[in-house]
Amino acid sequence: MALIEVRGLRKTYGRTVAVDSLDLDVDEGQVVGVLGPNGAGKTTTVECVAGLTRPDAGTVSLAGHVPWRDRGPVTRLLGVQLQSSGLPAKLTAREAVQMVAACHDDPVDPDELVDRLGLGPVAGTRYAKLSGGQQQRLAIATALVGRPRVVLLDELTTGLDPEARRRTWDLVRDVRDAGTTVVLVTHLMEEAQQLCDRITVVAGGRVVAEGTPDEVVAGRSAATTMSFLPTAALPSGALDGLPGVVGVRRAGDRVEVTGSDDGVRAVLRALTAHGVEPAGLRVAASTLDEAYLELVRTTSLSTAPASTAPVSTVAEESR
Amino acid sequence: MTTAVRTTGRARPGRAVLAAETRLFLREPGSLFWVLAFPTLLLVVLGLVPGMTQPDDDLGGRSFVELYVPVSCLLAAIMAGAMALPTVVATYREQRILRRIATTPARAGHVLGAQVVLHGTAVALSVVVVLACARLVLGVALPAQLAGWGLAFLLALVAVLAVGGLVAGTAPSVRIATALGTAVFFPLMFTAGVWFPVSGMGGALRDVVAATPLGAAALALEQAQAGVWPDAVHLLVVAAWAVGLTAVAVRCFRWQ
Repeated sequence: MALIEVRGLRKTYGRTVAVDSLDLDVDEGQVVGVLGPNGAGKTTTVECVAGLTRPDAGTVSLAGHVPWRDRGPVTRLLGVQLQSSGLPAKLTAREAVQMVAACHDDPVDPDELVDRLGLGPVAGTRYAKLSGGQQQRLAIATALVGRPRVVLLDELTTGLDPEARRRTWDLVRDVRDAGTTVVLVTHLMEEAQQLCDRITVVAGGRVVAEGTPDEVVAGRSAATTMSFLPTAALPSGALDGLPGVVGVRRAGDRVEVTGSDDGVRAVLRALTAHGVEPAGLRVAASTLDEAYLELVRTTSLSTAPASTAPVSTVAEESR
Repeated sequence: MTTAVRTTGRARPGRAVLAAETRLFLREPGSLFWVLAFPTLLLVVLGLVPGMTQPDDDLGGRSFVELYVPVSCLLAAIMAGAMALPTVVATYREQRILRRIATTPARAGHVLGAQVVLHGTAVALSVVVVLACARLVLGVALPAQLAGWGLAFLLALVAVLAVGGLVAGTAPSVRIATALGTAVFFPLMFTAGVWFPVSGMGGALRDVVAATPLGAAALALEQAQAGVWPDAVHLLVVAAWAVGLTAVAVRCFRWQ
């Protein structure tokens, strides 16, 4: 059984459906990314796993515990960094980490962790005087200080500069190497590709794709991107409607085609048939970015208007 | 509920929260002034007014300042319970600090408990300072029935902290908590006898005030000051309010 098992999760806020029959499995030791546009239901899902929100329907099991019921065991094995939570204005960074550390049996050394997150110079600074990025890193420190078995990180690097982002990523890798399971909510594809063993793409409150980053890309109809310079004028529409071709567009003199592997071969055959040669031919696997955009676009077209509202914002404000 | 309590570990959530909250409490000079210093200052300033320390036949042979000693002590409780505590707790909820705490092994109940302990301790300290100043500076004797005095005051303190807890637990924002705190602040001060001693009130007004938590407490404290065990009816009124308000406060408390 997976360490985290979510089945048929549903949560509505008023008439807005934040999450609708969502399933999620996270095995021990994995870094799992939950991706999706704003309002996809990511935060609501994480809050249900953290036990801060009770779903309307469905089950969540965290190492066999029900998160919103078994608060004692769940808070001992879970570290949480939330988008919407604060610390007392006059508590210093070090004191905040020490306080959470003292709540756990076997915490990490608070000072060491504060240094690792680049907060050493501001360890004695009060929370209210920290910059947004420093507050964000402090939230990460409080999530990790208890040496949790599972850590939930919601928009881990939002508001961090590139240098701080790299450091935070390194820290997440260290945490994973130490055997900690990580659930990472993000809408940064680079972050997901860098850190995640598996990703779950959520849109409109449902899972629209699941697998390793490579699998998610390969599973798309636009898994491959090819581009070339036609050596002769190509009749307009010559490549449209070919089997396996998803999109054709001109980028300057170059033609860019996205599609499946079959699509690539079909394009090459069509070019030969028209007596055009593809100069400077480049064929590459699409990035997670492209796969993600395709997934999210197709979902937002097919879902009801109610579930395309910015639900996570609604969810936060109704708290 | 699974209660896999590990006793071998170093985890002390309640103590950790209390330690942090103590630091934060000491960083609020405003609250510290109103709870710890203001009641004594007020009493001493009154004592400097000529005639205030003279026994007065209209006051049953007591001086005005003597009557004001228990009032100053109740004032400390009001400052802590109705003003300071609700603001802290409402701020914690509004800034989602209780939510942050809820993700750790510490419970939001630890935070509330720490606030009650800290504000209660500050009031107790303030009372010691008021009584000491009254004795040493103004020559007012200590309460002759100290146990009865202590009991009446403790019950009054619980009632006022429960009022604060009720305000803190139900106010949707810090602004509303402050407004509600101020709204209960003045009736509490009036019934405690800040403007006019309760025992000096006449007729129906006195009966009404004697039925309020602080009015009954003020009467009980006055009796204990004079060396009599307080009337059971006064103690029962305060105790009933203390229990009732605490029950309502606990019931109505919203964490988020």
